[in-house]
Amino acid sequence: MSDTLQDKLDTLAGLLVDGSPHAVALGMKLVRVSPGEAVIRAPYQAESIGDPETGVMHGGVVTALLDHACGTAAFAGLGGDQAVATLDLRLDYMRPAKPGCDVIAEARTIKVSGLIAFVSAIAHDGDQNDPVATAHAAFMVTKASQAAAERARAEVEQHMASEKAGGAAS
Amino acid sequence: MNERLHKLQSSPYVSRMGVRFDDHGDELTAILPYDEWLIGNPLIPALHGGAIGAFMEITASAGLLAFTELAALPKPIDVAVDYLRPGKPQDVYARASITRQGSRVANVRVDAWQERRASPIASLHGHFLIKPIKSGD
Repeated sequence: MSDTLQDKLDTLAGLLVDGSPHAVALGMKLVRVSPGEAVIRAPYQAESIGDPETGVMHGGVVTALLDHACGTAAFAGLGGDQAVATLDLRLDYMRPAKPGCDVIAEARTIKVSGLIAFVSAIAHDGDQNDPVATAHAAFMVTKASQAAAERARAEVEQHMASEKAGGAAS
Repeated sequence: MNERLHKLQSSPYVSRMGVRFDDHGDELTAILPYDEWLIGNPLIPALHGGAIGAFMEITASAGLLAFTELAALPKPIDVAVDYLRPGKPQDVYARASITRQGSRVANVRVDAWQERRASPIASLHGHFLIKPIKSGD
């Protein structure tokens, strides 16, 4: 088995969004993850509307989407085996998202310094050059997140070992 | 609770978050009741940073709507959130204070806490676009 970071991220891809109840509840889908980068989509849904008069998605959904995309990019930037906690998240809301359109967040790790990753992201509803919002965030590997990551890794390894055993038996 | 605040509370996203407002005189506390779907990382377990951020944005809007006559819901221009402690799987409380309110823009700070108000789990400051109802309108 190859040990490249992309292989590791591909193995974990199913957990990065689907392993987070809040991300699942908002309907987020992982579009792509690569070393230091993540793209996640949040669908337009009736429960996400902030202002019924305009039908515009609530800024809070965009906040959660950008936080999740930035966190995933930070995880992928820190080598894919150290879970991270958000230190701070700064958001600029440039315009309302178009009613009926999904919002896509594209996050990129600018720099990793020790246990800290600096990430920036844009959220758009189809055109990258016309962002709905942008984000700048810092993430850190904390003791609590690290212990959680170790438990997750053990679970994934156990799952893979049992799949391998199942595959060999059939 | 005034009509605008009620409108905020009954908007689809805010009502789905389950946010409630408790207003006593000139103090308004927002409550985010704990639910499993607010969890970001089930292995710690910790509340999703995005859910805490969203709750504080709602609190900022509520703080503006509670004490000012506004013609529309406030719109966030920019917000900055500092995460101070992991959010435990329990209710979160938040209070907004309006640092400055002009005729179009308000500057708001929000603190969120769980067990003790003196140990906040997150704080937010941001600018919001507002449309005050002018006297005589």
